[in-house]
Amino acid sequence: MSVVNRPFTRGQRTTIVNGMLAFVIVLVILQLWLLTATMSAYLGGDVSAIWPAAAVSVACLLLNAGLLRYLYRIERTRR
Amino acid sequence: MPDSSREPLDVRIDFEEREGLTGTTPASIYGPLHDAEQATLAPDGRPAEFQPAWRTDFPIDWPEDQYVERREFMKFMVLTSLAFTVGQFWIAAERWWRRRDTESEKVRLAAIGDIPVGAARTFAYPTEEDPCLLVRTSERSVVAYSQKCTHLSCAVIPDVAAGVIRCPCHEGIFDLATGRPMAGPPRRPLALVTLEIRDSEIFATGIETRNV
Repeated sequence: MSVVNRPFTRGQRTTIVNGMLAFVIVLVILQLWLLTATMSAYLGGDVSAIWPAAAVSVACLLLNAGLLRYLYRIERTRR
Repeated sequence: MPDSSREPLDVRIDFEEREGLTGTTPASIYGPLHDAEQATLAPDGRPAEFQPAWRTDFPIDWPEDQYVERREFMKFMVLTSLAFTVGQFWIAAERWWRRRDTESEKVRLAAIGDIPVGAARTFAYPTEEDPCLLVRTSERSVVAYSQKCTHLSCAVIPDVAAGVIRCPCHEGIFDLATGRPMAGPPRRPLALVTLEIRDSEIFATGIETRNV
């Protein structure tokens, strides 16, 4: 068993996944708020927020997907 | 069965009471663990790297189960995040689609002489689903607005003598000259239909949704 192949213990991995999950939940809540605010503005005739909000939402998605990818990478190292 | 000539049993799992807790295999078959953290052995006694993938996704010990559960929840949250992003782009697509549908098309509405001063006429613009009002407010002026109240889309009714447009549903009142809300629940002006008068003929040339 090498340290290189196995950088985190099980306890550490659980802590990491908890931290990531907290971060992801905050980002998803932000996205929900963005979606409702954009929809509300759009229905009110204000279309200026549509593209900036979409860009921020994509950034949140990329962050979330990146975190999930990192988690799977951590997992692969234990096999 | 593991080879009995192996190293002594791992102390963390070498006690009789453990048998039955894992529900997988008798404690007597435990050999030295390949992985110090592998608290539970599979029934065939082989280490985790030789087990099928499904066994790691359905762990039977609590800490590992907790980890897998959180990882799966995180996956679900990322999918939710994707759904919200798709929602944002759906709004953008909707906007693009609506703008394409309502691109100003010049439509003849009436001859100015057809509408007496103080009278109104309804018409549909830019599509058949968009009712509008054309009001002749004086000898020289006509105004046109969407007939949908900006509160909850009830049909508004002009009151030329009072210089207002009323919404009968919730007592909303708009200024006849500008379409701006004056009283009641509406906060946004009525959508304005831009007009062009040429040779005593009235044409609608576009519709403007306005903000607060």
